Amino acid sequence: MTATTQANPAAASHVRAVRTGRIIVWSAAAIIAFCLMFAPFLFPDVRAQQVAARICVFIVLAASYDLLIGYTGIVSFAHTMFFGFGAYGAAMALKSMGAGFDAIFLGGAAGVALAALLAVAIGVLSLRVKAIFFAMVTLAAASVMMVLASQLSDFTGGEDGIVYSAPKLFSPATKLLTDDNGKVLKILGVSMNGKVAAYYFVFLSCLLLFYALVRIVRSPLGTVLEAIRENELRAEAIGYRVVAYRTAVFVIAAIIAAIAGVIWAVWLKYTGPESTLSFAIMIDILLMVVIGGMGTMVGAVLGVVIMTLAQFYLKDVMAAAAEATSGLPLVPHLVDPDRWLLWLGILFILLVYFFPAGIAGTLMKKGGH
Amino acid sequence: MTASDVFNRFGGVNLLPVILMILALPLIGSVSSWVTLTVAGLAMGMMIFLMASGLSLVFGLMDVLNFGHSAFISFGAFIAASVLAALAAWVSADSVILNALALFAAIAAASLFGLLAGWFFERVIVQPVYRDHLRQILITIGALIVAEQLILAIWGGAPIAVARPSFLEGSVIIGDVAIETYRIFACLLGLAVFVALSLVLNRTRIGLLIRAGVENREMVEALGFRIDRIFVGVFMAGSALAAMGGAMWAGYQGLISGALGGEMMILVFIVVIIGGLGSIEGSLLGALLVGLLGNYVAFLFPKLSLASNMLLMMAVLLWRPWGLRPAVKL
Amino acid sequence: MSAPVLSLQGVCTDIAQYQILHGIDLEVPEGGVYVLLGRNGAGKTTTLRTVMGLWKARAGAVRFRGRDITGLHTSDIARLGVAFVPENMGIFGGLTVEENMRLASKDGTFDARRLAWIQDLFPAMKTFWDKPAWALSGGQKQMLAISRAIIEPRQLILIDEPTKGLAPAIIRAMIDAFREVAADTTILLVEQNFMFASALGRGVSVIDDGRIVHSGTMADLVADKALQTKLLSLSLDAHQ
Repeated sequence: MTATTQANPAAASHVRAVRTGRIIVWSAAAIIAFCLMFAPFLFPDVRAQQVAARICVFIVLAASYDLLIGYTGIVSFAHTMFFGFGAYGAAMALKSMGAGFDAIFLGGAAGVALAALLAVAIGVLSLRVKAIFFAMVTLAAASVMMVLASQLSDFTGGEDGIVYSAPKLFSPATKLLTDDNGKVLKILGVSMNGKVAAYYFVFLSCLLLFYALVRIVRSPLGTVLEAIRENELRAEAIGYRVVAYRTAVFVIAAIIAAIAGVIWAVWLKYTGPESTLSFAIMIDILLMVVIGGMGTMVGAVLGVVIMTLAQFYLKDVMAAAAEATSGLPLVPHLVDPDRWLLWLGILFILLVYFFPAGIAGTLMKKGGH
Repeated sequence: MTASDVFNRFGGVNLLPVILMILALPLIGSVSSWVTLTVAGLAMGMMIFLMASGLSLVFGLMDVLNFGHSAFISFGAFIAASVLAALAAWVSADSVILNALALFAAIAAASLFGLLAGWFFERVIVQPVYRDHLRQILITIGALIVAEQLILAIWGGAPIAVARPSFLEGSVIIGDVAIETYRIFACLLGLAVFVALSLVLNRTRIGLLIRAGVENREMVEALGFRIDRIFVGVFMAGSALAAMGGAMWAGYQGLISGALGGEMMILVFIVVIIGGLGSIEGSLLGALLVGLLGNYVAFLFPKLSLASNMLLMMAVLLWRPWGLRPAVKL
Repeated sequence: MSAPVLSLQGVCTDIAQYQILHGIDLEVPEGGVYVLLGRNGAGKTTTLRTVMGLWKARAGAVRFRGRDITGLHTSDIARLGVAFVPENMGIFGGLTVEENMRLASKDGTFDARRLAWIQDLFPAMKTFWDKPAWALSGGQKQMLAISRAIIEPRQLILIDEPTKGLAPAIIRAMIDAFREVAADTTILLVEQNFMFASALGRGVSVIDDGRIVHSGTMADLVADKALQTKLLSLSLDAHQ
């Protein structure tokens, strides 16, 4: 390394830039992990905990989507559909069997199994043809499921969705720890009640799923996927069964998305088309992965946090801008807080043009391009 | 002679809409309902055909799948609604000529917008990412998000009522069957566009180049032609047709909202997948099947109407993975 | 002999991350058939595609009649009078034989004498004139591909393995046809079939691993069995 450093100053500065970039990415990820791990203590208010739980679930969702789009080059629009299968499975069971872990397990398992089954069917049916064809098929499938969910209101509660209770352990009235007087114990001013248990249920299960995803991409399977993505024909020539691998990855991603749906349903105590199946969520996930950096896993973490924070802060900035321009025609409408997606969309287009590797990918760029 | 020989001899897959119509008759029972539904299905199919044909050709020629295509549909619908609102006096006038002028202005404005926006879209959005499918999908989705937000910013989120020219109001009554005039108009317009497209594709040198380019772009270039220049034109025409389809759809629905583009896009994708990418005959066939099936099922089993198209798509994919009449082998 | 029709100097071409051509030097003289021999994957097809501008050369220069055409668009190279018959023949199956030919003619019209000559050379082109091209047999498709290349007078025709998959009887008929075409056009022919190549070729170059390893006259190569074995053993073993 030292020899090349002396011989080629440009390469040396590149190496340095990459090292700095990695440090930035990993420290950002570490800070995020720290914040999430101690979220109930760092951000005690209800709204912030809601945001923290959403970030946990969406990290899993985005990371499993990264497995598809970043590691395998598959563009699917059915990810929220699988997410929804898990959520609706758990929700329907919790509603009909009562709030217990058996309901979560049975309903969740049914939802996950259905997701896996449908993923196999879609994969076998359409992964044989071009990627672009697959994108269309998944989009059509997902939107039909969305319509079905809102029309079969006897089972799904239609547009209104399903409201139910979570197991007693997760109820705010449950005392996890008590002090000498039999009252709920406070640590750092935070009551150790069921809400904390619910958060750590979400946090730990998401951590486990994310870890599983990282293991998958680091495993021999991950290497094969990379070979396929780099050069499909060559991978086929070497003897990999490309369609089988793709289908397998599609199914794995579907299962993980469905499990994330189960977790989300338990946390939210509500499941409806807007909270799980909507196309807006699908677009969110896509933006998160691409902005964070495809094919990096850690990019999903950054993307989710950036998007979630942007949804809050960009809106504030825009509200101020709308105020300031209220005399002009059309301009206030363009900077209306509700139009934040407009600017995100423009940002997204520019990003895909100039930094297709996303934030994490650009900062950690391996080798010069 | 086997059954499939007979099937192919009498037109093969082109027969499917007819077979569907015949099957639907006994299920529906009443002839007058059947006629109404069939005409509605054909009209809907023709409007979807307008929206789908451009997408299919653009894909066939340059391997570009434009997820932003639905933006042209939405913009076409909203522009037509605005033009009709601005010409309200002509729209409701007791003169067929003024009515027709208002309608023509609305459709022309929508199509013209599609033409210009298509040029911009192709040059700025699509061209930098030719041959890179992943970035193509991402960037056209980005453009779709921006376009949908622009529509919300310009026209607001509330649904807009669309004025229908009075000469297209009402129905034509034949015996005990009433057929909405607007549906007949939609069928005729769609048919006219199909015939015009077929003539251009089959009788002109540009059409010959397009058909050849859909099959093998490289070879057309090796014969001395610039496909990319032809492609801009096809992209513009396709966008204009989508906007025209959107304008027609706006008049058909009477009430439009920002969600229109997204809803139609699903149908358009299903049509293109069923019909096969790159052929306008395939698009027409797929659109008619989707339109007819959608209307029959909505009458027979109201809850299944969109799912029926999904099932149709699945069935076609199982039977012919490349669609019914593809021009390109994927 | 006059200046070469086509010359390549140090041409390097990459496909994705793989370097296929490592500095090709080649001169194709005016008139007759010049053969490019080599085993599978040696870079023959890539050389033709680079000349045609379908792959871009990373380094080196391609000159056509002295003019640098390295960066030109494929369609501009074609308009200089270079025709290309790719390995897969590039037939438009959905178009009729006539439409295929019409696309290849400069202004969409046919010179009656030239058309008659072609239909005499390949009678199938007359029989199937208004039939869709997908209905043709493999040999007929190859004839159509070549007919397309010669429907206009060309300066240079690049042909990639025209005998691939054809029956010996058809190959013999092809040899006669090629001799006639080569009478007034220069042909750069990529081949693996040595019988066909040696029957037609005037000059020959052998390519291996993206480099030209031998250039000379076909007569010398045919006479020198040792050289043949050295240069071509691989390809001859594999294909005869």
